[in-house]
Amino acid sequence: MSRIFAFRRSENPADRIVPPSGFTARLTSFTAAAMAFLAVFALALSLASGKLAARWSEALAQTATIRVSAPAAQMETQVAKVLEILKQTPGVASARALSLDEQKKLLEPWFGPDLPIDALPMPRLIDLRETAQGFDAEGLKNRLEASVPGAVFDDHSAWRKPLVAAAQRLRTLGLVAILLIAGATAAMITLAANAALAANRPVIRTLRLIGARDTFIARAFVRRFTLRALAGALIGTAAGMGAVALLPAANEAGGFLTGLGFTGIGWLLPLTIPPLAAIVAFLATRTAAFATLKGLT
Amino acid sequence: MIEFQQVAYSYGGGELLTEITLRLPPGSFHFLTGPSGAGKSTFLKLCYGELHPTAGRVTVDEADLRKLSRDGVALIRQRVGVVHQDCQFLDHLPLAENVALPLTVTGRPVSESDLGDLLAWVGLKPLSDHLPPQLSGGERQRAALARAIIMAPDVILADEPTGNLDWEMSLRLLTLLIELNKMGKTILIATHDMNLIRNAKSQVAARVLRIRDRRVQLAGSDL
Ligand SMILES: Nc1ncnc2c1ncn2[C@@H]1O[C@H](COP(=O)(O)OP(=O)(O)OP(=O)(O)O)[C@@H](O)[C@H]1O
Ligand SMILES: [Mg+2]
Repeated sequence: MSRIFAFRRSENPADRIVPPSGFTARLTSFTAAAMAFLAVFALALSLASGKLAARWSEALAQTATIRVSAPAAQMETQVAKVLEILKQTPGVASARALSLDEQKKLLEPWFGPDLPIDALPMPRLIDLRETAQGFDAEGLKNRLEASVPGAVFDDHSAWRKPLVAAAQRLRTLGLVAILLIAGATAAMITLAANAALAANRPVIRTLRLIGARDTFIARAFVRRFTLRALAGALIGTAAGMGAVALLPAANEAGGFLTGLGFTGIGWLLPLTIPPLAAIVAFLATRTAAFATLKGLT
Repeated sequence: MIEFQQVAYSYGGGELLTEITLRLPPGSFHFLTGPSGAGKSTFLKLCYGELHPTAGRVTVDEADLRKLSRDGVALIRQRVGVVHQDCQFLDHLPLAENVALPLTVTGRPVSESDLGDLLAWVGLKPLSDHLPPQLSGGERQRAALARAIIMAPDVILADEPTGNLDWEMSLRLLTLLIELNKMGKTILIATHDMNLIRNAKSQVAARVLRIRDRRVQLAGSDL
């Protein structure tokens, strides 16, 4: 007898006043686990697309190409003219005409190594880098048009912008997905807590009549659902992180897919999911419990 | 201790109780009697704030029950032990834990020996480990009384506490309540049992409140 009492006292008394509920408890944990699993992927998606957007803008931001087409005899002077203009353009850090060999290398993947490049009317490419401040692309375009009609300014931002925008949109969608998951978790836990509160209405009424304070009664439910959500979310997060870690490593050609995952301290980010799930469960259950208690004198 | 001022109560139809003005002074011993359905249980529920009057006010130690916060009402209930007519327990907890529940929910330590003595006194010691649904009606009433007094409350309200008890047990229970009264507790017992009232009157200065014509009146010595 005394041993039973000693054991009981070591438990939190608020936990015992609500009868155990095996099946619904497991459902709550399961849902929390599933939501956490999904949240890990949404997080991975946001991080990956965010990284992708940053990588694309960075890699392409400060370069541009000028293509010079001219009859073979005038080519060198035209190129020199363009380089002279670029030298005088503020915001251009460096400009360099690609050598024929370099151009040949660029074309190799498409035409093979035996391309008789000298015999073809090839435009020459000028590679330029801008300074951090950047330059006035419109002005440069106009000036080139006026003095070197065969030169075409090719600003990478034209095709870079939609790609970066797409990646940024993808990141936003990932964040929206995380918010939706949090909201769905709150809704689910509110439903489960309300069901538990309704089922235990006689218990709550009795406790209230013998002088239990609202916080004490609420705590019994809040503790239970918070711990269940936390346990479920821990399992779900672990499973999600494991799944991300085990994603087959795609090669460079995978492009976007290679980025899906966490790197370095990025791995700490999904670890915030279980505590967040617990906080969501805490708030949802507390709100539901106090709403129920308000209806009892 | 408990005071009614021009209190009326209605469940929604006509007024069940009306124009009640009375005072239960500290240390007093009252019986509440009246026909079934007259409103005895309703009156007791008004005393500890399970129901709020539809007119007038009920105060416990000068505190208006309607104006108290929810925690304030909980504190009042910790000082007012109630034996309900339909004693409700937590059916998943054994009897001993149910009796100790008022201590548990207020974070007070449970003294095993005190709890054992109390259970022995109401004759339930051998049933300590039984669950409430396994108890008889009389056993439930005794358990409810034990639960009502475990906090050593200032006031004890008992609604038909002897309804399911044999005469000997009823007397034992009455003796306990009289002893508690002698220790200064305020006692109010709703009952039909005139023999019980007569027996009590021979031992203690008990007064009788009678519900008649929707009013609660102090009965004379015409029992
Ligand atoms: N929750 C309720 N809603 C509506 N009417 C109620 C409610 N509770 C009680 N009543 C009615 O109020 C009247 C008084 O009920 P109450 O329980 O106070 O009577 P009582 O004097 O305790 O009777 P008894 O001696 O049978 O226990 C009864 O007619 C009952 O039907
Ligand atoms: Mg009654």
